[in-house]
Amino acid sequence: MGNPIKIKAKLKGDVAEVKALMPHPMESGVRVDTDTGEPIPKHYIQEVVCKHNGNVVTTAFWGTGVSKDPYMAFAFKGAKAGDKLEIHWRDNTGDSSVSEVELK
Amino acid sequence: MKLQRRALLRSLLTAAAVLAVPRWLFAARPDKAFDEKNAGAVVSDLFDGPITESDQVTLKVPDIAENGAVVPVTVSTELTDVESISVLVENNPTPLVAMFELSPQSVPEISVRMKMGESSIVRTVVKAGGKFYSASKEVKVTIGGCGG
Repeated sequence: MGNPIKIKAKLKGDVAEVKALMPHPMESGVRVDTDTGEPIPKHYIQEVVCKHNGNVVTTAFWGTGVSKDPYMAFAFKGAKAGDKLEIHWRDNTGDSSVSEVELK
Repeated sequence: MKLQRRALLRSLLTAAAVLAVPRWLFAARPDKAFDEKNAGAVVSDLFDGPITESDQVTLKVPDIAENGAVVPVTVSTELTDVESISVLVENNPTPLVAMFELSPQSVPEISVRMKMGESSIVRTVVKAGGKFYSASKEVKVTIGGCGG
């Protein structure tokens, strides 16, 4: 299981503004270990799925060009206090993480 | 015999459960486009139609990025029926950075932080109502973000 996702969500009327931080190395596969001279294998998040009360509102597909410890922000309509927001990621090694918050 | 059948059934059910979860959670990622080394190839892989430069697409990136390892990018648009927002860094080893698929519930604005190996044109392509719209901007990078 990967590191937990830090989610900050703010309701403005019926719009939920979401910021998420996902601690992850996001290794692109082009870096070289300076001690061994060996290339550092790719290790990066490929998919992020954001769900509002179980319905997908945004899916992000990522390449190796997303920065280490990825940050993303997005917003969606039709939200109210008490609703659930869930964010999942999965990386190229098959590892994954899920976090959930209640909107307020 | 009976025991064997039960064991087989159990392992089949487990396999089905393991396979079913990711399929249900995630739509298909355009893996080929993410592996392409040329921005033109990414565009022809992903967007099956003409792309129009549009002032209804707003691309917010810094003019100068002091640290190429962390370059903030925000894309927003006044277009309606937005289906996806993609971000490309033309000079990166693999230009496609991210593709966001939106739902009718989405506000068409996304932010992410990306790596830039060197100064480059950053391009965003928005798919809205089945058509493609883009905006681009050059970002000068002082220290590249791909090396050690």
